[in-house]
Amino acid sequence: MFRIQSGPLNLDEVVAAVAGPEEGGTAVFLGTVREGNAGRRVLWLEYEAYPEMAEKAMALIGEEIRSRFGPATRVAMIHRVGRVEIGEAAVIVAAATPHRDEAFAACRMAIERLKGEVPIWKKEVFEGGEIWVDNCAHEVRGRGDLHETPLRNEHPGAEPPLDPPGGNRAP
Amino acid sequence: MTVRVLFFGVLAERMGRRSETREVADGTTLETLWKGIVAGHPALAGAPPPAFARNAVFTAPGVALRDGDEVAFLPPVGGG
Repeated sequence: MFRIQSGPLNLDEVVAAVAGPEEGGTAVFLGTVREGNAGRRVLWLEYEAYPEMAEKAMALIGEEIRSRFGPATRVAMIHRVGRVEIGEAAVIVAAATPHRDEAFAACRMAIERLKGEVPIWKKEVFEGGEIWVDNCAHEVRGRGDLHETPLRNEHPGAEPPLDPPGGNRAP
Repeated sequence: MTVRVLFFGVLAERMGRRSETREVADGTTLETLWKGIVAGHPALAGAPPPAFARNAVFTAPGVALRDGDEVAFLPPVGGG
């Protein structure tokens, strides 16, 4: 299951999508909207996607994770578009493998690669304005002058995402 | 030749639209198409070069377009 959708995400559906007789461990990650970011009070987030390309990219990531962790690996990713409120899930990623070590690693890899590669964009609507935030820690104001502000890496200990195969991204 | 162009994120907001159809000369590459659009739209001035997609696949800037292509300009991604 690799899907872009509008409307609330269903956790049970994602877990069911990776369940299987060979899979003994399932790891699930939910990315939910936080109220505070970079000193701003967030009101809500708005996500958009290039759906056809995003679903292909997610499926390819799932397939590569399966190649890495073994044929009994199952991965699912769903990502919401449109307005997402504080506390709501914008993304759910699940990975199931025979044993738990691989499940945790596969789930982590799936979300890191999604954040690094999949054509989805996020606009933060906050008290005082709105701003596009990307996963390379740039911020670009949606209204007014184009402005980039380097930020601290939000996950200093995280493994960096793998380069997209044959891809190119803006720095 | 005719190509369909898609804009996303901050680029769509600055263009004021998510898509358009353009006539381009044979041999036009993704990069030259982008530069032409920037030249015609002051709102994009100073925009960092996006990543390029051709028919929903990441594509290098120097690749030439073909009639009927769907091109997308992708700002740095922000999913998850």
